[in-house]
Amino acid sequence: MTDIASDLPIVVRDLIGKPHYVEKTEFPIEIGYVYNMCAAVQDGNPLYWDPEVAREITGGQIAPPAMLSVWFKLHHWMPGAVGERRPMQLYFDIKDMVGLPEGIVASNEASFGEPVRIGDVLTTSQYCRALGELKDTKLGRGRFCTMDIVTVNQRGEWCGTDTYNFLIYIKGAR
Amino acid sequence: MSAVRNLTFAEVEEGQELPALIHPVTATTVVLGAIASRDWRPMHHDRDFAINRNGTKDIFINTPTNGGWLQRFVTDWTGPKGRLGRMKFKMKIPVFPGDTMHFAGRVVRKSVDETGCCWVDLDLSVSVGDKINTECQARFALPANADDNPWQRRGERWKP
Repeated sequence: MTDIASDLPIVVRDLIGKPHYVEKTEFPIEIGYVYNMCAAVQDGNPLYWDPEVAREITGGQIAPPAMLSVWFKLHHWMPGAVGERRPMQLYFDIKDMVGLPEGIVASNEASFGEPVRIGDVLTTSQYCRALGELKDTKLGRGRFCTMDIVTVNQRGEWCGTDTYNFLIYIKGAR
Repeated sequence: MSAVRNLTFAEVEEGQELPALIHPVTATTVVLGAIASRDWRPMHHDRDFAINRNGTKDIFINTPTNGGWLQRFVTDWTGPKGRLGRMKFKMKIPVFPGDTMHFAGRVVRKSVDETGCCWVDLDLSVSVGDKINTECQARFALPANADDNPWQRRGERWKP
């Protein structure tokens, strides 16, 4: 997708299509988070709960593929961290730069590669793929924005790409 | 392992409906999912913020939790050898505490790619009452037969 509004400042246009915030996950992937998510959606798939089934089918315990986005989120607080810690920082940077303080996910698409295994350390890169023209919506005046998070594991194998389409907007403005 | 049931590609037909899933949503449902997905944004746990800042009627289920519910809905049907390749969804209406989610799904297409991987393309939805809140298209790999295992595919043999 290459939708880039013509009225954007150069500094914003220069961000689009390039990798930003290339970061490692803050901890090796752990089974406790997998259990938390499976419990939250009552997912009894033995692949996640039964190590013997996991060994036979996936060669060891893995995380549910749909958890991919979970691993690049930051802890809400850590010692020494300054300011608010936010996931997908590029999204917040762009919201600030174009003066649209609110945002909501309009759609999400993900493709999944090598399974994320317990103990993996992942690296993510953030991309803004598109930032559209200003338009009026039910929530306010805003732009649609497409962001990709590309994830690889410690062996450089592609684990997945998470694509979000956001509406970023000013509430009530028309 | 012998008790684990896995659906094979041959057992599936285009047009086939997935077994329905119904789940009542509480504030706990929303918050459990938000915390499990490490989503600390207040619209998923702070009712005042959701109403006064986001303009929604309450806190609502977040994107990764929505994905988790949809994935679980499908793998309840496929068994553990069902491997998610791709998932796209559009959240048209948020799901709030007090709603009852009705999951529905249908096999739109069966195909075998050039590597021999067996795929099913699914149309899925989450409805509350008579409205569709989330629409989803998902692509899952299924084992061709009892001896096949999509999870063994890597690199050029895995093209989701």
